[in-house]
Amino acid sequence: MFGFIIQRLLATIPVLGMVAVFVFLMLRLTPGDPAAVLAGDNGTPEQIEQIRQSLGLNEPLLVQLGIWVGNLLQGDFGQSYFFKKDVAELILLRVEPTLALAITTLILTIAVAVPIGVIAAYKHGTWIDRAVMAFSVAGFSVPVFVLGYILIYVFAMEVKLFPVQGYKEISDGFWPFLHRLILPSITLSVIYIALIARITRASVLEILGEDYIRTAYAKGLTPSTVLRKHALRNAAVPIVTVIGIGIALLIGGVVVTESVYNIPGLGRLTVDAVLGRDYPTIQAVIIVFSFVYVVINLLVDLTYSLLDPRIRY
Amino acid sequence: MTEGTENLVDAAASADASSRRATVWEQLVRNTSVMVGGAIMALMVLIAICAPLLGTMDPSDIDPAWRNKKPGTERTLTADDGTQSTWVYLMGTDTLGRDTYSRVIYGAQVSLAVGLIVAVLSLAIGLVVGMVSGYIRWLDGIVMRVMDGLMAIPGILLAIALVSLADAGLVTVILAITIPEIPRVVRLVRSIVLSIREEPYVEAAISVGTRLHLILIRHVLPNTIAPLIVQGTYICASAILVEAILSFLGVGIPPETPTWGNIMAEGRILFRVFPHNILFPGIFLAITVLAVNMLGDGLRDTLDPRMRKRL
Repeated sequence: MFGFIIQRLLATIPVLGMVAVFVFLMLRLTPGDPAAVLAGDNGTPEQIEQIRQSLGLNEPLLVQLGIWVGNLLQGDFGQSYFFKKDVAELILLRVEPTLALAITTLILTIAVAVPIGVIAAYKHGTWIDRAVMAFSVAGFSVPVFVLGYILIYVFAMEVKLFPVQGYKEISDGFWPFLHRLILPSITLSVIYIALIARITRASVLEILGEDYIRTAYAKGLTPSTVLRKHALRNAAVPIVTVIGIGIALLIGGVVVTESVYNIPGLGRLTVDAVLGRDYPTIQAVIIVFSFVYVVINLLVDLTYSLLDPRIRY
Repeated sequence: MTEGTENLVDAAASADASSRRATVWEQLVRNTSVMVGGAIMALMVLIAICAPLLGTMDPSDIDPAWRNKKPGTERTLTADDGTQSTWVYLMGTDTLGRDTYSRVIYGAQVSLAVGLIVAVLSLAIGLVVGMVSGYIRWLDGIVMRVMDGLMAIPGILLAIALVSLADAGLVTVILAITIPEIPRVVRLVRSIVLSIREEPYVEAAISVGTRLHLILIRHVLPNTIAPLIVQGTYICASAILVEAILSFLGVGIPPETPTWGNIMAEGRILFRVFPHNILFPGIFLAITVLAVNMLGDGLRDTLDPRMRKRL
């Protein structure tokens, strides 16, 4: 087990290394002087010179990469000339809303998707099953922002249940904080629920055909016990795997949802950075999101042996 | 080695394939997902092609006097010779007085084109890279590390970042959406190549001296077609969505071009009063993506029964 953790940790290094190389190359492949590009549209000659010095832009490409990665490892993402701040500081300021949105969405998704997936598998072939599958196909097709605006229109403007847009920090009180997160979380969770419900249904359906399920019924267990303790338990590995892979959907959705609901998080920062051509921030956001994605999937891999004791390393 | 033996092996393989093809076609016709999804798609393509004939006006025609009209607003037009006709703004107008109906209809052209081009491009690139990577061992490691790295960056994020590197335009958007899709195709093709190269008929072909490029074209390529068609429809659906998202966020195709994403981006400002500018293109977008996804699900069930078991 310990050996496996070490091995798996080491395997993430080349992946994250590749991400760093891509992000590094992205800027080098754009036409023009990277220092001028990094300084943004209103960069002064002094700022450009300063960037050139700090990134070693007069050195060979490999040395530049080394300097850049070295800076990253020290948590130095450079300066945002557009927002006039340290990029690292800028990102830290925006983490809370995104984290809050992601966590509420994740909780909502698992709470809804797993039960409906299990029920669809249990009621295989009935209208319940077909309804869940139809929802799953539809959920993949409705664009996040269209859904967001429809929910705003119905639940915030027609029926005034929720605030239209905006964000309150958790330090402003728990209810105002949660109240403003409900609609964004529902919006963001739909595509994710569609994905997880589908996988849950498929893997539970496969398990329900096993002999030990028949045995469990034969010894007189209730359907709910069989589903929870036998079927779901054995179907857990693929479900958790897809929850991990689906984090990519979640990250993509965060960018859109935060723009629709005016939430000042990392997703909003990404869009603002792209609109302002603020490359230091764009680079940093990609690195941060990819890092989170890779680490979450690493954690998912590590839970396999907890979820299924038959898996040993 | 004689040409004859080689041809015999191939003839047997293609006879088997053609008898299967007939039944697959029947299966496709019987599949509701394929038929419904395909019918809606055909309708959308027809709408896109016939856009100028569908009672539309110039989608970029700005008319300040007729800004922000609700759907169904009627307007009397007087032609040069004095005859009067009535124009109905079926879906209202936007903040610049452009006819939303015309923009939505013309928007279908861009959305479908982007979906199709991205699907074809990513399949083509992915197919070549995947086949090469699956057959040339020393390249495999390098290619797969690069693909792993690309896949570690969430797709929409990568597309947004790529768009920021070049001037906004259709080509930039298409490339930015294509690049994140490539690694998945490469992985798919590579996994098929790796399993096919162990098949007895490939061994037979090798033993009769068939050259590598012929093995790839005659034996490996046909096996990738069905999974690639399925993958292609999913890529098409996701490309249409991502294009709309990019345009909606204001980082995609320039706002003058009528695309569903752009119409919605424009409609954001006055959404509270005039929701129709988001609603109508949104409905078209959702129905199109739904149709492509249904088509993909149906194709997967009929063309690729192994995947059906997995999902």
